[in-house]
Amino acid sequence: MKKETIIWLVILIVAGGYLVMRAASGRMTHEYVRDVQVQAGGQTWITRASATPTEYRDAVRADSGQTTVHLSLPRTIGVWVAALLTLFIFSFLYRDNPLYKFAESVFIGVSAAYWMVVGFHNVIVPNLLGNLFPGFINATLMPGLSPTHSNAYWWVYFAPLILGVMLLWRLAPAGQWIARWPLALFIGIFAGLRLVQFIQADFLNQINNAIVPLVDMHPGSGGVGSGSSGATGFDTLGTLRNLIMVLGTLCCVSYFFFSFEHKGFVGKTARVGIWILMITFGAMFGYTVMGRITLFAARLEFLFDDWLWMYDPTGQRALSAAVPMLWVW
Amino acid sequence: MYELLKNLDRRWIFLMMLLAVLIPLLLQWTFPEKISPLTRNTFAEIERLQPGDKVLLSFDYDPSSEGELSPMATSFVYHAAKRGAKLYFMALWPVGPQMVEEKIRQVIRTEFPDLKYGEDYVNLGYKSGYEGVIKVIVTDIRQLYTTDSHGNNIDSIPMMRGVRSLQDMDLIVSVSAGYAGAKEWVMYAKSAYPDKFNVIAGCTGVQAPPLLPYIPRQLPGLVAAIKGAAEYESLLGDQYGLKGNPRYEEGLRRMGPQLVAHLLMIALIIAGNVVYFIGRRKEQAR
Repeated sequence: MKKETIIWLVILIVAGGYLVMRAASGRMTHEYVRDVQVQAGGQTWITRASATPTEYRDAVRADSGQTTVHLSLPRTIGVWVAALLTLFIFSFLYRDNPLYKFAESVFIGVSAAYWMVVGFHNVIVPNLLGNLFPGFINATLMPGLSPTHSNAYWWVYFAPLILGVMLLWRLAPAGQWIARWPLALFIGIFAGLRLVQFIQADFLNQINNAIVPLVDMHPGSGGVGSGSSGATGFDTLGTLRNLIMVLGTLCCVSYFFFSFEHKGFVGKTARVGIWILMITFGAMFGYTVMGRITLFAARLEFLFDDWLWMYDPTGQRALSAAVPMLWVW
Repeated sequence: MYELLKNLDRRWIFLMMLLAVLIPLLLQWTFPEKISPLTRNTFAEIERLQPGDKVLLSFDYDPSSEGELSPMATSFVYHAAKRGAKLYFMALWPVGPQMVEEKIRQVIRTEFPDLKYGEDYVNLGYKSGYEGVIKVIVTDIRQLYTTDSHGNNIDSIPMMRGVRSLQDMDLIVSVSAGYAGAKEWVMYAKSAYPDKFNVIAGCTGVQAPPLLPYIPRQLPGLVAAIKGAAEYESLLGDQYGLKGNPRYEEGLRRMGPQLVAHLLMIALIIAGNVVYFIGRRKEQAR
């Protein structure tokens, strides 16, 4: 056996033993729920709302035989599955491995299925079938929908139904060209829609946004760069900001201006434009790093708070309500 | 030292990053936040709301960006509910309605138990179509939303009476992780109807720089990334006495790991450059 394999085997056995010990001693994830009675439309049923371990402890203390707040095995298993899948994904940082591949495949499969189900229930049922066959949909799938046609032109909805069927023709062994017609229609509609909005929001409005006073006489400024309220005065920072914005925009645009060779005055402004673009990319990189670190921190919070119960920032658990950080080894 | 750094296995860097994030997280290091004008303007937009004003909150994100956007979503919901606004939740992302339900449970049912579903807040749910959804509901909500996310007929919901389109809203708040999100709200709602309502947004770090050109005329307020969320929490804490309440300091808690991890990143970038220039000098000398 390779030395590396032995090391990993030892680490996994120690970690596994530790998890078993923690789980056996009850110092690890236990998801609790509270039964809530709901009454609507003459019917009564029970739903389950999340409850904290503290709430469970208080309920048991008040009445040891109570069953309103109780342990939820499915939710507890859910936390375990989520934690293990998180670790499987993290394992890629060491090396590509079957556990990572498994977690990746599960994620893709679940996402695709979820999108399909949500799309069917939230759009096809209420917006398409609900308009075409309101009585049937009201009686079977969505009792909240009106059982009668609410629109005099309800038959128009046959058009998206036919287009949808044509789109699915792509999966048929023959006649795949039929799918190109609805696809062409969607592309045409979205291209037109986007073109108009881009011209309005990103072109005309951006030109408008770039028209700012180069000398900012700020109406609330109390004098040169003071920024305090008072009479109209010269705003140094505002002027500098506007100057940088206008000149920076012009320099960046000159970099993408290819009708003249980039030398002399045009070359120098284009070079300034490159610098401004580089600063922008740096800012974007910084923001991206910040985002990724946050996601990593959130995942660690999940592992150490929800799963391992090793720290408890929100005071969800009885013992750690008094002790902000709990290290029980 | 040079040889060690030159041949350093990337997995040691991963380990260092793990420690840089984990230690401040477990020790719960937080730092005071200096509020940026962007966050202050966003706060002012919600602070301006009067009781009964209509606010549309579009949760355009899913669990993959929840770590970054959940704190600001919590703050927006708390703030708008505290101002007495009517809250209309919707989503342009399929998992958005679950994010909405989470905030309803976490904020509204806990802090505002008197608010009634259908009268004070409603979850309209998700509709597919990306910007197409905005384009339609900006003139007629009922074209797409015939039910709420629970399947209730939209006309049976009291707070939907008199609401025909987005133009009846007083403010639109997008909590956005990408496409479709804040950019589409600016393009298809605010730019199309500039005088009808304001759009403000909370977004991920990746999305923030492309949104900055819209400020302030097309997008008067932007809470950018976890830093913006922490700033917003500070303002909310000062204004509504939430300081020290851990449920409303999620963003602040995540700023401790940010500081240490960024210091590590800076150190690594400097070390990488030093190694590169030393190596180049050695090659030239050869």
